[in-house]
Amino acid sequence: MTLPLHGTAAFSRGVATTKPSYVVRLRSLPVPAAISASEFVLVRSKEDLQEAARSPSRGVMIVSDEGLEHLPEAAHCTKLISVPAKFSYFSDGDVIGLHPQSGRFRTLYRRASPYNSILVTDRCNHYCLMCSQPPKDVDDRWLLDEIRRALPLIAKDTRSLCFTGGETLTDWREFLDVLADARDELPETAIHVLSNGRAFARDEVVTAWAALGHPNLMAGIPVYAAVDHVHDYVVQARGAFDETILGILKLKDKAQRVEIRVVLHALTAPRIVETCKWLARNLPFVDHVALMGLENTGFAIANANELWIDPIDYRVGLAEGVSILAAARVNVSVYNLQRCVLDRSVWPYSVQSISDWKNGYVEECNRCIEKSQCSGFFTSGRSRQSRGIVPILAS
Amino acid sequence: MARFESADAFHSAEDALQLLPFRFERTGQSYLVSNIVGDFVRLSGDELNRLVDLRINPGDALYDKAYAAHLITRASQTAQRQLLALRLRSRMAFLREPTLLHIFVVTLRCEHSCPYCQVSRQSTDRSKFDMSEETARQALDVAFQSPSKRIKIEFQGGEPLLNFPLIAHIVSAAKARAAAVGKVVDFVIASNLALLDDTVLAFCKANDVLLSTSLDGPADLHNKNRPRPGGNSHELATRGIRRAQEVLGPARIGALMTTTEASLDRLEEIVDEYLRLDLDGIFIRPLSPYGFAVKTKAIRKYDSRGWLNFYARGLRYVLEINRSGRHFPEFYAALILKRMLADRPPGYVDLRSPAGIGLGALVYNYDGKVFASDEGRMLAEMGDRTFELGSVTESYRALVCSDKLIDLVGSSLTQCAPECVDCAYEAHCGADPVYHHATQADPVGIKPISEFCARQKGVMNLLLQILETSPADAAILRRWGGM
Repeated sequence: MTLPLHGTAAFSRGVATTKPSYVVRLRSLPVPAAISASEFVLVRSKEDLQEAARSPSRGVMIVSDEGLEHLPEAAHCTKLISVPAKFSYFSDGDVIGLHPQSGRFRTLYRRASPYNSILVTDRCNHYCLMCSQPPKDVDDRWLLDEIRRALPLIAKDTRSLCFTGGETLTDWREFLDVLADARDELPETAIHVLSNGRAFARDEVVTAWAALGHPNLMAGIPVYAAVDHVHDYVVQARGAFDETILGILKLKDKAQRVEIRVVLHALTAPRIVETCKWLARNLPFVDHVALMGLENTGFAIANANELWIDPIDYRVGLAEGVSILAAARVNVSVYNLQRCVLDRSVWPYSVQSISDWKNGYVEECNRCIEKSQCSGFFTSGRSRQSRGIVPILAS
Repeated sequence: MARFESADAFHSAEDALQLLPFRFERTGQSYLVSNIVGDFVRLSGDELNRLVDLRINPGDALYDKAYAAHLITRASQTAQRQLLALRLRSRMAFLREPTLLHIFVVTLRCEHSCPYCQVSRQSTDRSKFDMSEETARQALDVAFQSPSKRIKIEFQGGEPLLNFPLIAHIVSAAKARAAAVGKVVDFVIASNLALLDDTVLAFCKANDVLLSTSLDGPADLHNKNRPRPGGNSHELATRGIRRAQEVLGPARIGALMTTTEASLDRLEEIVDEYLRLDLDGIFIRPLSPYGFAVKTKAIRKYDSRGWLNFYARGLRYVLEINRSGRHFPEFYAALILKRMLADRPPGYVDLRSPAGIGLGALVYNYDGKVFASDEGRMLAEMGDRTFELGSVTESYRALVCSDKLIDLVGSSLTQCAPECVDCAYEAHCGADPVYHHATQADPVGIKPISEFCARQKGVMNLLLQILETSPADAAILRRWGGM
């Protein structure tokens, strides 16, 4: 199952704003006594609408394909948005950003999900061969503004939030303002920022990052090889490796938390032992290393000839790489790979990493005793299945 | 969608390739090449020549190997050099904590009469061979002047428990001083455990004192090496180990073996004895060329090759034990692996450069003389005062910054000593001016005839071979390196 995280509203009224978007938090019926102007009541049926219409000044979010917004009851609601029924997952506490003129909206935050990932920009100075979120060269700085308005609406007990891109540090000053807000609005929430790390090679950036004094902030930075030209080719940017490594060193020099992310595909997986050895020798002080199966979507589909490798064919190397990192006391995890394609020695390190909105299992999984521990598959993009997929029937 | 560029487009031919410093040694058909922090790669003669001439290109295997091993960089890049600098800094971090170890020789008296012993005396004359309270106080003055935030006080002898009241006195005085100046002090008693009783154990427990003892193997071997009246050294030592494990906890008692000619054929039995006693590993040590060991010519009975064979056999046996699931490290290998695989600064004072004499350890002799190392005081017992730095009446600074010590340390640096400067293993080795002085009357030493050198290179070569050719054992060695 793949949840749609953006779409177009069928109808909206009373949500005009001078800001680039209108940000609302959803509330379930019955209408809560204390409800703020930025909160909209969720309506899924005529009965819901009747109940909501008793407080006509409240905003209403209709999730339905039945055209409820045309019912007479709806006429009383001064603030109203209507979205298709496929957004039925909307629930109490979720935060939505809507562009009133076009009706385009995106789900910024889902209260019930442990995997909230917020896109900061589509711009990037990399053009990775396997990018799952292909960059666009557009002026989308309004996204940062939207996020700043969304942060106060996010539940204070949210355990973690991820900021992703594009390159999140493209407008680094503005983005650091977002992180400062996150620190103040959500002091209990761990913040994970995905970045290519190159901006941290600049002293002013890394100094400002450290000066945030965020209690629980981690930069997730990809390193694809121990060799400059391989990494540069994968990210399609000359000089990237050198700047990325320098960025990591500067972050650690300022005692900032760093995660290294290695996406496994035909250019990186065959050299994973060498890469892990290199990480263990050179960067053992990073806080986490994630070795990640490829999400076959975005550019990965276009470059499938160069990138596809059956995970079963790098199983042995991956096991050795994990053992090398673990022996060096590096905190290592394996993401996005099914237990049946992993060597058993790797199981303790494999994590259910795929975000709930794009996670699924296949027929064979129903008989597998490891299913509840297994990452399963991406349902996004064009899922490609290893020939090693086989139910595990005994431990 | 913009077009993707091909792999060749990232080979940056316009940015000049440069060599970074490296060392190499011929090993059979290939060359062992190491960068300045001691990452090793093996290259053929042709590859080494191509590397030196920079006839290498991205995409060929040699470029990738050389780049990952920091043998080359692009002129405009900085990360390669920064990584080396950072790792070098971590490897040399021991320099930030000068003189961690302070050895107090509280008595020279001993009830054992081991033929290999360097220094002990059979005597009942306390006044002659025991340290006085006044000397101990002055020695603490010196120890607490060392800049390290954390120091370790080790009690040695002779048999230090023969002067237990002084140990108790020093521990309580050191704790009071540490609390006053915000330092941490760890304590170790190096004892044969023959005199270990409930009073001593209770004292160790109350004061977090570690015990370190000698265990040479099974009873007959141990008792032969370590004679005492009654011939029951082994019985007393093993009983002491068990009692200490019970009272203090299994991690609070360690044992060291001394290798003698009689040990050579019985290594497996020795290891089994350590296993039987639930000790947490074994240190397969060479025999030191000091003290009575030289006088009795015990040292001549086996050379470095003999010892290396012995060591290799022992290591294989220990690895076998680990393969069966029991974590039981060989500590000499672990020591070297921690540097080879994890850039950890050496805790062992003999494997450092600058040398650990004085900078790593000071020895306060029973008579108030201060030595730069434990072996240095053993040489003095034989009439050679080269490593005698002065007396406990002097300041730490006067002792450690003495011309004598500076000359000895400065002249023996492996970073610039003949042979060492070009040695592929230098990054993981150390200067041992005491050994080279004792064996060659020269703190630098002529390395091709140095048994120390042969031993170090031999052990590292052995470890490299296992890491390269035996995956199951390599995984065990890596775990030791990460301990």
